[in-house]
Amino acid sequence: MIVSYSWLMALSAAIFAIGVAGVLLRRNILVMFMSIELMLNAVNLAFVTLARRMGSMDGQVIVFFVMTVAAAEAAVGLAIIISIFRNRETVNADELNLMKW
Amino acid sequence: MPVELFIFLATVSIVSSLGVVAQKNPIHCLLALILTLIAIGALFIALDAVTVGFLQIIVYVGAIMVLFLFVIWLLNLQAEPVPIGHLGLKFFATIAVAAMAAELFVFLAKTKITLGAIPVVAGYGSIDSLAQTLFGQYLMAFETTSILLLVAVIGAVAVARRALPTRASAAAPKQGAAP
Amino acid sequence: MAIDLLIGAVKAIVILLLVLSLSAVLLWFERKGSALIQDRVGANRAAIFGFGKRMGLPNLGIVATLMADPLKLFTKEDFVPEGADKFLHALGPFLALFPVLVAFAVVPIGDAFQIGGRTVQLQAASINAGALYILATIGVGVYGVALGGWASNNRWALLGAVRATAQMISYEIAMGLAIISIVITFGTLDLQDIVRQQGGVWFGWLPRWGIFLQPVAFLMLLTAGMAESKRVPFDLPEGESELIAGYFTEYSGGKQACFMLTDFAEVVLVSVLVTLFFFGGWQVPWLYRDGFHLGTHHLLLPRAAVVIIGVIAFWIKVVMFCWFQILVRWTLPRFRYDQLMRLGWKGLVPLGLLNVLVTAFVVVVATGAAR
Repeated sequence: MIVSYSWLMALSAAIFAIGVAGVLLRRNILVMFMSIELMLNAVNLAFVTLARRMGSMDGQVIVFFVMTVAAAEAAVGLAIIISIFRNRETVNADELNLMKW
Repeated sequence: MPVELFIFLATVSIVSSLGVVAQKNPIHCLLALILTLIAIGALFIALDAVTVGFLQIIVYVGAIMVLFLFVIWLLNLQAEPVPIGHLGLKFFATIAVAAMAAELFVFLAKTKITLGAIPVVAGYGSIDSLAQTLFGQYLMAFETTSILLLVAVIGAVAVARRALPTRASAAAPKQGAAP
Repeated sequence: MAIDLLIGAVKAIVILLLVLSLSAVLLWFERKGSALIQDRVGANRAAIFGFGKRMGLPNLGIVATLMADPLKLFTKEDFVPEGADKFLHALGPFLALFPVLVAFAVVPIGDAFQIGGRTVQLQAASINAGALYILATIGVGVYGVALGGWASNNRWALLGAVRATAQMISYEIAMGLAIISIVITFGTLDLQDIVRQQGGVWFGWLPRWGIFLQPVAFLMLLTAGMAESKRVPFDLPEGESELIAGYFTEYSGGKQACFMLTDFAEVVLVSVLVTLFFFGGWQVPWLYRDGFHLGTHHLLLPRAAVVIIGVIAFWIKVVMFCWFQILVRWTLPRFRYDQLMRLGWKGLVPLGLLNVLVTAFVVVVATGAAR
């Protein structure tokens, strides 16, 4: 049997769904952030699969950029988390409700 | 790629992503995420995207996850107790995620990309062809990304550093101690 | 197909055993070598039924110390501190050791040769992105140290682990830049190819080794490699007089043996990398595929002899650099942590970037590759 590309796309969809579940169901900001990284990786997998199917390198270049942007976003996001922790002493998303009506 | 390899890597990545979402201790979540990233990197390499696969391991696993680890250490996050409450939110969130997953599966199963082994050109996925495409067609995006990284580093340092003493508070003691 | 699998398995096992044996011998090397440098006798108590003493020979105790040390470590009590995360405590040594040993899979110890119509590469995994693989495995090696310190429930261990992690990721960049310079010079990521391009001589006597092309990268790789494996003078994370044992304070028995083995395996890895990139790997000056070519005289040798001479030369070079690292360990004092970080970020990284720039410029100009 040969691995079909739709299996890989299904795997990418599954990991994406698990990432979404993590963001919605967990209350710890850091774990929510890790679930966002999961989603980004699922998308990377989809890009690489389709690039392989099309035989073009564009998909891989896009993955390169997604990785770079994810690194930048992780840096800034974690800096914000540190700053929030310094002010509020918590990383539970439920307790960060200052702007809630 | 051989079917056994795909099944193994797919199982590892799904099980460890479930581990990321379900573990109580943030460090266990981080370890599960590292395992997921390595499995996805291995999938990249099996899909002939060799350079991108190794870059995933060098950059994502070797650098970004260390960043996460340092933040967990800095904030001294412990294992959180069993979360209670918000059952309504979690119920509807679960239904929403299941609906989204089902929609994605149906959408992708109907696609026509069911062909198997398609030969690619020699040197596909090598660092040469990646560099050709990156510095040829995507040069502007590359330069913009480097500026983005610079901005991100400056922003992260500016947000996360401790506040420096302001000029007013530094000048006041001097005035008081002068005479 | 089955024969290929068998050959692959044999190569992997042989290279792994060679590396592990060399690491174990390095333990004895270190003890006796440090004794030599410090003008004392060193480990001489372990003897097999008083073998050396009875025959009137000085008790070098190689075999006995080699066997006694690991045996002692493995039979000690395996202690997990109270309040420590048991799973992470056990995972730490494994995560530290695994990447270092796995990095040897792409190391070519000799030339390719033919057996029965089949070309056998003396490299466990002949991938064509070997340098990237080495960088990847070195990057993953950070986690063993980090988890080992964190899982010990001991603030000094955690301090050591934080220092060690920061140091390792800082010097990874310097190592990466040195490797990039080499890759630009030789134009390929494949390790066997890099070694092959270092054959031959210039002017009839100077071997075409990488060190004459990239002296700066050699110094950078050696320094960054020693810092990466947390050897003196960069061993503040271990801080033997300050942090007890740093990140592996709370480890005893077999787990500590794993951490020690990681230390020595990384020494071997750094020596192997320096040999491959800068000293011609298995290339011997004037030795070509069919024998020695010394000016007008030619000493023709069978292919197997040429390959074996290459392998022996490789290991001699590796052992020389291991000895050099042991020498440096017992000669230099330890860096202070801010000096260490300053050297890594303000010294090696700009130097590495400059080196890459100059190398790329020279390569483009010299090969006329401007398209």
